[in-house]
Amino acid sequence: MGAYLAKRLGYYAVLLLAAVCLSYLLASLALDPRAYFAGRQPPISPAAVDHHLTVIGVNDHRPLLDRFWHWAGRAAHGDLGRTIDDTSVNAEFGRRLGVSLRLLLIGTLLGTALGVLAGAWTAVRQYRLSDRLVTLASFALLSTPVFLLAVLLKTGAIWFNNTTGTDLIQFTGEQSPGLTGGFGTVLKDRAVHLLLPTISIALFAIAGYSRYQRSTMLDVLGSDYLRTARAKGLRRRSALLRHGLRTALIPMSTYFSYGFLALFTGATFTETIFGWHGMGEWFISSINKNDVNSVVAVNVFAAVVVLLSGFLADLLHAALDPRVRHA
Amino acid sequence: MGGEDPVLRVRDLRVAFGGVDAVRGVHLELRRGEVLGLVGESGSGKSTIALAVLGLLPDSATVSGSVRLDGVELRGAGDAALSRLRGNRIAMVFQDPLSAFTPVHRIGDQIAETIRAHRDISRRAARERAVELLDLVGIPEPRARAAAFPHEFSGGMRQRAMIAMAVANEPDVLLADEPTTALDVTIQAQVLDVLRTAQRATGAAMLLVSHDLGVIAGTADRVAVMYAGRIVETAPVHELFAAPRMPYTLGLIGAVPRLDGGTGTGMLVPIPGAPPAPGALPSGCSFAPRCPLADDVCRAAEPPLRKLADDHLVACRKAEELQGAAPADVFPVPEVPRTPAGPDDRPEVLRVTGLVKTFPLLKGVAFKRRVGSVYAVDGIDLRVRCGETLALVGESGSGKTTALFEVLGLSAPEGGSIEVLGQDVAGLTRQQAAALRGRTQIVFQDPMASLDPRMTVAGIIAEPLLARGVARAEAARRVPELLRQVGLEPGHADRFPHEFSGGQRQRIGIARALSVRPDLVVLDEPVSALDVSVQAGVLNLLRRLKAELGLAYLFVSHDLSVVRNIADRVSVVYLGRTVEAGAVREVFERPLHPYTQALLSAVPLPDPGVERRRARVLLAGDPPSPTQRHTGCRFRARCPLHAELAEADRERCVREVPQPVPHADDHVAACHFARPRAVLTAEA
Repeated sequence: MGAYLAKRLGYYAVLLLAAVCLSYLLASLALDPRAYFAGRQPPISPAAVDHHLTVIGVNDHRPLLDRFWHWAGRAAHGDLGRTIDDTSVNAEFGRRLGVSLRLLLIGTLLGTALGVLAGAWTAVRQYRLSDRLVTLASFALLSTPVFLLAVLLKTGAIWFNNTTGTDLIQFTGEQSPGLTGGFGTVLKDRAVHLLLPTISIALFAIAGYSRYQRSTMLDVLGSDYLRTARAKGLRRRSALLRHGLRTALIPMSTYFSYGFLALFTGATFTETIFGWHGMGEWFISSINKNDVNSVVAVNVFAAVVVLLSGFLADLLHAALDPRVRHA
Repeated sequence: MGGEDPVLRVRDLRVAFGGVDAVRGVHLELRRGEVLGLVGESGSGKSTIALAVLGLLPDSATVSGSVRLDGVELRGAGDAALSRLRGNRIAMVFQDPLSAFTPVHRIGDQIAETIRAHRDISRRAARERAVELLDLVGIPEPRARAAAFPHEFSGGMRQRAMIAMAVANEPDVLLADEPTTALDVTIQAQVLDVLRTAQRATGAAMLLVSHDLGVIAGTADRVAVMYAGRIVETAPVHELFAAPRMPYTLGLIGAVPRLDGGTGTGMLVPIPGAPPAPGALPSGCSFAPRCPLADDVCRAAEPPLRKLADDHLVACRKAEELQGAAPADVFPVPEVPRTPAGPDDRPEVLRVTGLVKTFPLLKGVAFKRRVGSVYAVDGIDLRVRCGETLALVGESGSGKTTALFEVLGLSAPEGGSIEVLGQDVAGLTRQQAAALRGRTQIVFQDPMASLDPRMTVAGIIAEPLLARGVARAEAARRVPELLRQVGLEPGHADRFPHEFSGGQRQRIGIARALSVRPDLVVLDEPVSALDVSVQAGVLNLLRRLKAELGLAYLFVSHDLSVVRNIADRVSVVYLGRTVEAGAVREVFERPLHPYTQALLSAVPLPDPGVERRRARVLLAGDPPSPTQRHTGCRFRARCPLHAELAEADRERCVREVPQPVPHADDHVAACHFARPRAVLTAEA
């Protein structure tokens, strides 16, 4: 198993390298950093723009391969270059990653766990009222655009704050600006800011996972081994959990890993609406600014997450299913 | 056994699924230490009874009646109370041991879980006990094997583990639902042995559900016969087989092909028609539509199960008339067409010599590389003459089907040679191959999967003709003729396959194969998916067609009783290699190779008198993996004869591959120390 995973990691390294090269070349060809400085008041002299672009390494008067080698040489040492505003991409990267993690982690984990439980529960109660209601709610959610849900949540929060006469629920940014106080105060402030985005992210995860889990659980419910478990004298609940759900989780490992990926790179709307400055927002704004180095950085991040998700899926599958362990 | 109270008493049990009755008023009594065999064809409701006793029927089932364990009523008891009994006082052995274990938990843990569900002992002590139980059912290295997952066990080992799990809490009642149906005969013999041992060791009463009269004859003390959801006859095992008093029981016994050839002409006695669908029962006796003795009284009301003698109950008005009757006295026996004699001068339609086929074992994600081989066929010899049936016999994985598809492939084999109708297939042109293909046809095992559900029967039968360029009108003219030939109504030509029963579908498959007037028909397990009473009709049909049309059959089967009935000659394969071949009668009555002897002795005979006093050649373990390369004799690791040989003789088995040696007229065996041993008759 260890050798197998090491080999897998080797393949991933090759794939990552290819992804990095391609995204650099594509970003350099498609984006026009000069446009970012055009039409400024007061105007910037072409010579000054030229100099600035040379400094950050995206001057299109230099041959593409030259620029790439220059960038790659530094990237190999862990330096992803300068943004178009001449700040460090690495610093921005780190900050944005932290924001994204804080925003998404709780919602994703919560949504995954609740989604699995909701799916398993509705499978056991197939075609009863509770199953139909959860199914209906899931499909309603899945067909709602993120921004609509977020706006609805905001409206709800405003109504709540108005009726209770407090400003308990906060929905802009990560924290209240200029807040002072001890650790407890800061933590509480962060928590109330996290509430709405977490609900929004978790709801989508629940809606999606519960559908998959319901169908894998239904496959297992009619199985012979579940009948064996009952014939041994296990009560219904422990048979369902130890023998049913445990087996029905195996096909979910792939969904989990790639679902995690989708949440990471697809949280653009959630970030923008709730005013969090994470990776998704950075991606959009760096494209708008024709910021080659930042776009490449986000792409590298996405590639790493994709490959890590795949690796995680393999690990998870092996952990859940003894049949694939010595493949 | 008279005065003792039964440990399990089932009274007037009725089960219905969505308004369709599956079990209709069943009475059963199970006494301590006895084995009650419950026989019936598929859909007769026998498995439903076992699940109803455990209270494990799906929610959609409506159940009524009474199930008492030691006098305590189980029907209506809550799930908590029933859970305390399940696996503890009533335990079950299921049919398919692969799907009956949870794939993600270790075997030892699953057994330990059964113990801990009912006993307050530590996890560790339960694991220890699981290891002891695995040892009890004969699993080698039980401590190491307890840590294995179900997929790492062979089918036979899984079923042993299943038995270990069932007897873990020393239950009072064991329910075994077709416990050996999914296994090969030699493994079936091992598992039945373990089941009997476990049952005796725990003193449990056992309900053995099976469709196999041979299994019942060898294991049960009393037998209950089910038909259409009711018990129609129950009697002690010897009496039931010797003097059945219900026409259905009589028919079942007459329809089973016998390994020892049975008596008379060799034609089986089929029961006409097919069992009724549960939703469409006839009024009156449910067997009346198939019963030659039925009169208006039978058709008017269902006969009750009444006492005929002390332990013999029967649900038939005519039971008294049936005293001493044989199957052929009740059911019409078809005419026996004689195959013309003098087999030696007839031309050969197929000759296969030293056939070899290996499959590569590949490894790697992007670049596949060969890491080994599966030696699927590794020296098979076959010879079929015109008008003759050759049976190719072997256990699953022995290479039968691979050999068959190599023959039908009509291309040069990897090793050895194939001659079809006198032509070596290695040098065929495309036209020659196409011409030969029309003269060799196949009938498949699964009659449902091998017919296109969207084509009419006429379309299915005419297709091979059209493919060979026969005009549409001519093909259409042949269809009714072919349908009549296989015993189907020509008027049903425009129906679809799903409108036919399993036996009728297999007849359609035969008609399709016959449409192009082949010389050689390859039959791949053609009756293994059919019930006994239906199987007999198809086997008789095959015999009649062979005689009428002068066909040659290559008949692939794992069922030696069927082979005895239909084949003229037999070829036994073990791990891809022919070990013995010859005339059926000769091979079955004087088997020379130890594997053939073991195979024959493992097949249960539907005759309790003989079955319980036969010589047994039990094989140890499972067949080795076909990925190994063997030196010397590939059977020696499991060979009972090899174990008895002197040291110098054993050396020869290790060193030298045994070659086929003629021992008698048309009898060849590949064993250095071949000696005949009768295994079909009772020992003196």
